[in-house]
Amino acid sequence: MQNHPVFTDNDPQNEYSTLNLGPTHPATHGVFQNVLTLDGERIVSGVSTIGYIHRAFEKIAEHRPFYQITPLTDRLNYCSSPINNMGWHMTVEKMLGIKMPKRVDYMRIIIMELARITDHIICNGVLGVDTGAFTGFLYMMKYREDVYEIYEEICGSRLTTNIGRIGGFERNFNKIAFDKIHKFLKEFPPALKEFEALFNRNRIFVDRTRDVAAVTAEDALSYSWSGPLLRAAGVDYDVRAMEPYSSYEEFDFEVPVGSNGDVYNRFLVRNEEMWQSLRLIEQALTKLEKEPSDIFHADVPEFYLPPKEEVYNNMEALIYHFKIVMGEIDTPHTEVYHSVEGANGELGFYLVNDGGRSPYRLHFRRPSFINYQMYAPMSRGMLISDAIINMSSLNVIAGELDA
Amino acid sequence: MSKITNEELLNSIKAKFDSDVTNISEPFGLLTLETSREKIIALLTFLKTDAVLQFIYLTDITAIHYPEAEKQIGIIYHVHSLVNNIRIRVKVFVADGDVKMPTATVLWNGANWMERETYDFFGVVFEGHPDLRRVLNVDDMTVFPMRKEYPLEDPNRVDKRDYFFGR
Amino acid sequence: MVEAPPGVEGAGFFATSLDKAIGLARSYSLWPLPFATSCCGIEFMATMASTYDLSRFGAERLSFSPRQADLLMVMGTISKKMGPVLRQVYLQMAEPRWVMAVGACASSGGIFDTYSVLQGIDEVIPVDVYVPGCPPRPEAIIDGFMGIQKLVQTESLRRRNLPEYQKLLASYGIQ
Repeated sequence: MQNHPVFTDNDPQNEYSTLNLGPTHPATHGVFQNVLTLDGERIVSGVSTIGYIHRAFEKIAEHRPFYQITPLTDRLNYCSSPINNMGWHMTVEKMLGIKMPKRVDYMRIIIMELARITDHIICNGVLGVDTGAFTGFLYMMKYREDVYEIYEEICGSRLTTNIGRIGGFERNFNKIAFDKIHKFLKEFPPALKEFEALFNRNRIFVDRTRDVAAVTAEDALSYSWSGPLLRAAGVDYDVRAMEPYSSYEEFDFEVPVGSNGDVYNRFLVRNEEMWQSLRLIEQALTKLEKEPSDIFHADVPEFYLPPKEEVYNNMEALIYHFKIVMGEIDTPHTEVYHSVEGANGELGFYLVNDGGRSPYRLHFRRPSFINYQMYAPMSRGMLISDAIINMSSLNVIAGELDA
Repeated sequence: MSKITNEELLNSIKAKFDSDVTNISEPFGLLTLETSREKIIALLTFLKTDAVLQFIYLTDITAIHYPEAEKQIGIIYHVHSLVNNIRIRVKVFVADGDVKMPTATVLWNGANWMERETYDFFGVVFEGHPDLRRVLNVDDMTVFPMRKEYPLEDPNRVDKRDYFFGR
Repeated sequence: MVEAPPGVEGAGFFATSLDKAIGLARSYSLWPLPFATSCCGIEFMATMASTYDLSRFGAERLSFSPRQADLLMVMGTISKKMGPVLRQVYLQMAEPRWVMAVGACASSGGIFDTYSVLQGIDEVIPVDVYVPGCPPRPEAIIDGFMGIQKLVQTESLRRRNLPEYQKLLASYGIQ
């Protein structure tokens, strides 16, 4: 097994025990390990070990053409894969200088906000499960299935979606997809209200989560936290608001901010973000009606595959198809950093390109990885049960932690 | 959008560090500069503590390997000023036999694991780091996998037939 | 309702062979250990939730302790760092035990043909059923589970004493 440095701070009576909160967790959280030194029920110190699902994404990305990196990005934060996919597509489009039509931007916003809702469903539901309340989670999972049906209608797959292409989407949203989105928008708000009614003023839940793992804004910023965790600590940093991408500047939404960064605040911030996502989806649907309904990709034949009928009948389309798939198109020799607001925080893509088919270097700025480093210092002095709640409210997704 | 422009930012940096910042460019609007290992902590401290600039947020630390260049390993810092809504990218290049850097954990706690990841993948030793050991790969690995000479696939595999998969 | 195994029925009694009765009881009360590492774990959560309820098949009680589990469901990529942990968990399980490799990564390494990923968990532990997919649909996971149930019903009661099984375990270095 691995060699873990264990800190025995001042153990005069030799009564501290070691607990291995090991890589085999209950199914919800993922594989990371904490070796805790305990004084009874209280944690004296802890050492985190990660890397149990290290899949070398950055190395794989150096050997794949740009369009084949999208399935890799799916598996970063697999609870909300469309956000990762869109972030990657936007990074490549930024590098290539492709300007997207408005309709594609609005479609992307719908998909990204649906993904954000699903991620927060899992996080808040699992937080409930960790405090002992299984019901809320089970009620919410049904709505995840509804969103899966929407994804299936658009891209064919449920969880690891590989949705969209560099330059837009692979097919237009058909009537069934729009009907399902409308149905979701009608059925989910009452369920979310019921979920909030189960938890928000529930005496047991509030007692378990209020003032647990409170974090000051200075600490959160110095540890480079982002996303709902940073916003719960009081800093209103949201990439959608500060550096709007994909036409977010045209939309009217609020960024919920908490006060003392404890677990209860994080829960409330995520719930409120789900309401704001619903608002964004409604606005995007109204804006979509004003756009011509047949545009679903940008007009970039050098990077967006032509439809198969044209490939078989048209010489130009055949040549473009060949060049795109074989990677013969020249790409600029440059570097770009683009970030999107993932469900856990700022998901950044640092792409260094050398003009070839694959990136020279691709680095993912993964919010779970950066958020999680504070876990061990933060859990000093906490009870074990509080440390477990703290871990589930950090929403560490193992795929994004280890990449 | 941002409260200060790249030009003003560059001028305030040049006022303090005139000859130490080289290779200035602005790919896609992000001011990028290169500096030396000796000046990097002073530059980052200036960026963080200056009353106007306030680059208090460390976005990421990563590295890159150019095997043919004179200074092969580049360590790249992305820093973000939330108040002014502006980002900056700072690079430091070091040669392969001498891959040491001062640690940024004196400025930001968040640099801890970012530097461990850079050490794990490229072998960059950050002097002064409180706990520099591998974070993602197995602890007893002896090579640095993201360097260009290291292969992607496991070199010890015996069950994959190359004549089927045409490598 | 589960079908009764072939046997002789009479007024107030039902006679069948012991292994069929025990196979029936075992297969409809398997206690799975969800060893969920990545994306397939989320599809497993969907399988356990109300739409694709796995507890209809008797797998109601998930056990996270290997000592109390019958079926080790490995869902997700297993890296070389995790291999010894997986082996330890398998060794801690008591006979009778079955292993299901859910997903492409557990079956063969999946899309991750890299230096850090174990190319299939059958490099460290013996596997009974492989469920392909990336991630497999909940229906596919249930199909794999039904495959395990068929194995439980048809294999011999004391599978651990069969020479082929012992040879298989010996090839993995497990006593």
